[in-house]
Amino acid sequence: MSESLLIELTVFVLAAFVGIEVISKVPTTLHTPLMSGTNAIHGVVIVGAILVAGADRGPLTTVLGTVAVAFGASNVVGGFVVTDRMLEMFKKRPSEREPADE
Amino acid sequence: MSRQDWIGFAYLICASLFIIGLKRLSSPATARSGNRLAAVGMTFAIVATLFDERVVSYGWIAVGAVIGGAAGAIGARKVKMTAMPQMVALFNGFGGGAAALVALADYHDSIGAPGNIPAKIIVSILFSAVVGSVSFSGSMIAFGKLQEVISGSPVTLPGQRVITAALFAVVLVLCAILATGHESLPLLAVTMVIALILGIQMVMAIGGADMPVVISLLNAFTGLATASTGFVLSNNVLIIAGTLVGASGTLLTQLMGKAMNRTIANVVFGAFGTGGGPAGAVVGPAGGQVRSGTADDLAVMLAYARRVVIVPGYGLAVAQAQHNVRELADVLERRGVDVRYAIHPVAGRMPGHMNVLLAEADVPYTQLHEMDDINPDFPRTDVSLVIGANDVVNPAAKNTPGSPIYGMPVLNVEQSTAVIVLKRSMNTGFAGIENELFYDPRTTMLFGDAKESVAALTAAVKSA
Repeated sequence: MSESLLIELTVFVLAAFVGIEVISKVPTTLHTPLMSGTNAIHGVVIVGAILVAGADRGPLTTVLGTVAVAFGASNVVGGFVVTDRMLEMFKKRPSEREPADE
Repeated sequence: MSRQDWIGFAYLICASLFIIGLKRLSSPATARSGNRLAAVGMTFAIVATLFDERVVSYGWIAVGAVIGGAAGAIGARKVKMTAMPQMVALFNGFGGGAAALVALADYHDSIGAPGNIPAKIIVSILFSAVVGSVSFSGSMIAFGKLQEVISGSPVTLPGQRVITAALFAVVLVLCAILATGHESLPLLAVTMVIALILGIQMVMAIGGADMPVVISLLNAFTGLATASTGFVLSNNVLIIAGTLVGASGTLLTQLMGKAMNRTIANVVFGAFGTGGGPAGAVVGPAGGQVRSGTADDLAVMLAYARRVVIVPGYGLAVAQAQHNVRELADVLERRGVDVRYAIHPVAGRMPGHMNVLLAEADVPYTQLHEMDDINPDFPRTDVSLVIGANDVVNPAAKNTPGSPIYGMPVLNVEQSTAVIVLKRSMNTGFAGIENELFYDPRTTMLFGDAKESVAALTAAVKSA
């Protein structure tokens, strides 16, 4: 097994533990925004798409890469915007907030 | 430090921002900033990648980014809050599709290079290609079902499980052939097409009621496909972000399953919610009489109650009645009635979906009570007002062992002094089963669109 693979597997396993640890404390109320937020985060696959689309390695690769960039971009932009719209809703009643500000 | 080192360093910052962002999503007060932090991390990751030595031309990247970004932004801005679950499904599918396409392109380039493809690369490519494809087609079907473009009831072919198992076996065999040195682009393409069919086949067989669980599962799939792409490219930010999503998606899927008392295997292979035959003859204790009332009668019950618990369901969401419900609650509160909301974990179509809808209507989240908190209070409740909810208040889950929903935790509304059910018709709920609550002598039905019914009740309470 190559050294780089070993490092990558280490990163993978540690990230899995972090993911479980961070997520297990989220209240039910926030499950939908959480699903939507994580959905946006896996849009990071656009990084892979950019590397393909920008590599100039022939027409087939470029076409696949460009479509992948478009898919990834809609995942990223749409995902974060939808999550933000959901979370915008989470606010206390204005009348409750004002006295606290004083 | 070389340029690639700097990029790696930038990726480390992005990964940290993703983790901090997720952490902040765990409290309503910080959630919004958490999401924005993650978005900043994403921007960082994309910009850093543009500086990568392997990126030599930008034209097509810009074309793809503009088209996809615009489509995503417009879709996300225009979508109604009730349609959010299918929007999440759609974006998830695109993520899976992107992972699959990247895998295909990487494979194309790898077979062009001299020598054998290293085992690590080919295994990761195959995983991304297959899982990404399943996630793409599955998410599109889930979108179609929630959007009601496709029938929400499970569509099963004869020998459904055999077909699914056979498709899965074919995919595995093809992957084995590709992984053991047989280099062929068309063969990978064929494998991906079969994976797409597998995704369609799997999700078509699942009832609309289970779509949230399916979307959550496919969300985890896309996360893992992304992580796998990270192994292909030796890219840590893809591995970390993909794995975070894979882990959280799996956990969330289990949580949702738990709320419905069903295992993931049961959801995927159960073909539940056929809406066909009733699960056992359901005859209410009073011999199957359904009583319906007028808004005026029911308003009096509400106006002179001390404690009212509102149980919102998907029907409320569909009718966009959340603002009207809040108005009704305000009117009641002004009369001194104690109004609270009982939120079932899967009310609406996803955990927390109902909280979002009610929050949109400015209902303070301190009034929203989760099932376990409010269930002990139903015996002391004068009126339970069930608005467009069905399966989550079905007592069959507790006392009819043969029922498909038997064992699912439900809200004990039947323990309150009186129950008012607002419903469009006597149709069964998403799970396709009868509800004996409607035949309970304490229950009064008010048929009609939830929004109009609530508005009528509000007007009647004002004059009561």
